Amino acid sequence: MEAASVPDAQVAPQAPKPAKGGATDRAKSERRLAYMLCAPAVIAMLIVTGYPIGYAFYLSLQKFDLRFPDEKEFVGLSNYGDVLSSSTWWSDVGTTLIITVASVSIELVLGMAIALVMHRAIFGRGAVRASVLIPYGIVTVVAAFAWRYAFDPTSGFVQGLPLISDTWAPFNERDSSLLVIILTEVWKTTPFMALLLLAGLALVPDELHEAAKVDGANAVQRFYRITLPLMKPAILVALLFRTLDAFRVFDTVFIQTAGANGTETVSILGYNVLINRVNLGLGSAISILIFIAVILIATFFVKVLGTSTAQQRGEA
Amino acid sequence: MLDSARQRVLWGIGILVVLLYALIPVLWIASLSVKPVDKLTDRKFFSGEISFDNYQSIFKDDTFIAALVNSIGIALIATLISIVLAAMAAYALSRLDFAGKTVILSGALAVAMFPPISIVGSLFDMWRSIGLYDTWAGLIIPYMTFTLPLAIYTLSAFFREIPWELEQAAQVDGATPFQAFRKVIVPLAAPGVFTASILVFIFAWNDFIFANTLTSTDNARTVPAALAFFTGGSQFEQPIGAISAAAVVVTIPIIVMVLIFQRRIVAGLTAGAVKG
Repeated sequence: MEAASVPDAQVAPQAPKPAKGGATDRAKSERRLAYMLCAPAVIAMLIVTGYPIGYAFYLSLQKFDLRFPDEKEFVGLSNYGDVLSSSTWWSDVGTTLIITVASVSIELVLGMAIALVMHRAIFGRGAVRASVLIPYGIVTVVAAFAWRYAFDPTSGFVQGLPLISDTWAPFNERDSSLLVIILTEVWKTTPFMALLLLAGLALVPDELHEAAKVDGANAVQRFYRITLPLMKPAILVALLFRTLDAFRVFDTVFIQTAGANGTETVSILGYNVLINRVNLGLGSAISILIFIAVILIATFFVKVLGTSTAQQRGEA
Repeated sequence: MLDSARQRVLWGIGILVVLLYALIPVLWIASLSVKPVDKLTDRKFFSGEISFDNYQSIFKDDTFIAALVNSIGIALIATLISIVLAAMAAYALSRLDFAGKTVILSGALAVAMFPPISIVGSLFDMWRSIGLYDTWAGLIIPYMTFTLPLAIYTLSAFFREIPWELEQAAQVDGATPFQAFRKVIVPLAAPGVFTASILVFIFAWNDFIFANTLTSTDNARTVPAALAFFTGGSQFEQPIGAISAAAVVVTIPIIVMVLIFQRRIVAGLTAGAVKG
């Protein structure tokens, strides 16, 4: 991804490159201006993320429960030991992974279908684009309520549908709760996936499809042999964004089940320990572990992403 | 491509499916919000009768009004601050030549992927000790974690497309630098800045986790957080109708923006994400 953001250089051709040995005055003053312009945003980002995460790490090494603030003491890594040896943590990691993998893979397939409809639509393009932006723009809490009430045994229209029992209470069981949570996540974020994939589709040259058609390839073959391979970078970027987002899932679970019946995700666990139990030491250890998990996922994708873009460049 | 009747029907079906997919939950919550109290549990998608009692009750509710004011104020201020800071950075990133561009862009990307739950605990502790807990500033500051990277990415993508030579051309034609900036560059940059502002506003408007953890009263609680703690008129009353009405109220501005600026929003979203 870093590689893709470098072409700035070609857009600023009027800036003379500093000569070897000593920069020209103009280049120097330009650089100074650039740093001055970037400084406020960079400093702001460092303050709002770097400082709190550092402080979270410090807290994670303390025994620090706000109910007993006097007992605050340095305990090293023992909070991490407590978290990593608890079955709750691991079952919450499992739940989070189920939600992440299920929602992201459904979104990929659905998003691709919607992107293809938007890409090839002969009419009604504007209507489709506007309507898919609605789930994207809607407040997650609102979407979570809409689906919760749709599946609620007292108010839900789903229970009013034929073939579905009037008394079905999906939020009383783990599997059906997860199903509704995943459905909500998929509904809300597939449009974002579709728009990213649509941008990737636009990069696939029509001539390739025409040529393959002439050679007798059918639509399915063209999709798997031409569209998909050329879209690989766009797909990976979309997957990266969505996987990290899905792993942090909080709003939907909080509104629909609050983590009941085995639907607790790692973010909900962190919230409960930090805010409800005000155990800042233990909670911060969970925060840091979630942070590490996100870094691992991102590194994995960037590695895959890096090799795939390198491969593509090699082939081109 | 052959525009045969069969193809048109197939695409028509495809479009219809997408429209239904996107609109069903929105229509559902709108329908719930106008159901009369005795029909709330009829389990019908539309109950046929319309009542605006729920809307009347939420607009008489001080908590909801306060939350609405907080949401609007906090999202607007967060948008304004992050757009100003990001516009300066994006100008430098897209136009000036300096070392460290990649570092700044990938740093912004890293910040964008930051899990909010990782910092709510320390912010909760810090804000309580310095008096930012349950204040507007206490939310606006952490909102910078997602508004700034989004704004930087979207704005640098837009700024890269601006033909900056026009500024020099105007100066050659006798315009002062300020005139050239105001009459040439500002109108060219305005649509991008506007689009980025809409996206940032939507993100700030949507936040739940910070609003939930860093506020506790009408002082700073925004609508998403207020919705989660809404209890209705009495403790035993199901606040389904009121929550639905409140949900519709916060959804309307988003739908209006999306319908008016759909083309731009799509351009901004994909520019920020794909070019990054």
